[in-house]
Amino acid sequence: MYQTNQYEGMIAETVSMRGHNGDVINAYVARPLGAGPFPGMVVIHHAPGWDEWYRECARRFAHHGYVSISPNLYFRDGHGSPEDVGAKVRAAGGAPDARVLGDLDGANAWLRSLPYVSRKVGIFGTCSGGRQAFLAGCRLKGLDAVIECWGGRVVQSKEELTPNQPVAPIDYTKELSCPIIGIFGNEDKSPTPEQVNAHEAELKKHGKQYEFHRYDGAGHGFFYYDRPAYRQEQAVDGWKKVFAFCEKTLR
Amino acid sequence: MCTMIAHQVQIQGRGKSGLEWFDVREANVSYDHPYDLPLEHALNIDFVNEALGPGARVAVELSVDAARQLVRTIEAVLAQADQRGVLEDLPVVAAPARGPSVA
Repeated sequence: MYQTNQYEGMIAETVSMRGHNGDVINAYVARPLGAGPFPGMVVIHHAPGWDEWYRECARRFAHHGYVSISPNLYFRDGHGSPEDVGAKVRAAGGAPDARVLGDLDGANAWLRSLPYVSRKVGIFGTCSGGRQAFLAGCRLKGLDAVIECWGGRVVQSKEELTPNQPVAPIDYTKELSCPIIGIFGNEDKSPTPEQVNAHEAELKKHGKQYEFHRYDGAGHGFFYYDRPAYRQEQAVDGWKKVFAFCEKTLR
Repeated sequence: MCTMIAHQVQIQGRGKSGLEWFDVREANVSYDHPYDLPLEHALNIDFVNEALGPGARVAVELSVDAARQLVRTIEAVLAQADQRGVLEDLPVVAAPARGPSVA
């Protein structure tokens, strides 16, 4: 908990990093001032785009003592307003999983190259980013914590598989290599409570370290203060759970 | 949640974005998160020209009921025009190079 007589400072800016296939993409970085070492956090934006909420989210993690990076997963899809670029990717069926994983791996490597980042790096995502955070925890090496917020389509029927998302992430559960926290709204349609049950059962089956928190009176995206889905009480509690989990797994 | 339910159709027409008209070449129709309509999911139509970049876009976000009404209305208008023999099913000539400012 911050004290009123405590020094606090932060730097936040856009940087370049290498992502999938060594491509240069841009990313937003927020870090606390000081020598560190600070744990790192990869912040994954949602499907609608690399928008203001994720910059604020990166700064929020920095405020809590994490060097955070939010890679622009749509860098290759052109530039313009986050909405226009997001709409283009939406029409294309979303970003390909393989490319996303390459970019997230690059973000992790970027963090680990910094002298003020400790040996611990977590990954946070909401919505499609929640799905991708779980996927990254299963498919990538070198992540120490997964924060999955309402990751829809972790459970996918065969009919829902697409060339861009060819495998349901739940099928990779066995490979999950770090603890995971899941935050879900019980009124969500994707993931439904039944899908969250299936997700949890698979984690349990494979003996993974997990904690799931499910909120009544909340649906999809209840952290988004700029959407009608926002639920103040549940969001405040959810963030507390997230930071408690991060302190436990990344410090 | 992102449904990833999206279809694209190649079309010929013009759209207005800001003060400028531009050639519309594709319509992207999705049932997914809207950006502005206060619903979790909506029927979204983006009239775009991919060759001009992401900014060449005229967007509408509709409730399911509004979308169904729109489909019925378009069909009704086309049927009426057909009935009167005024349908002009002719190819559209592309406009000279111009477009909204795109990044």
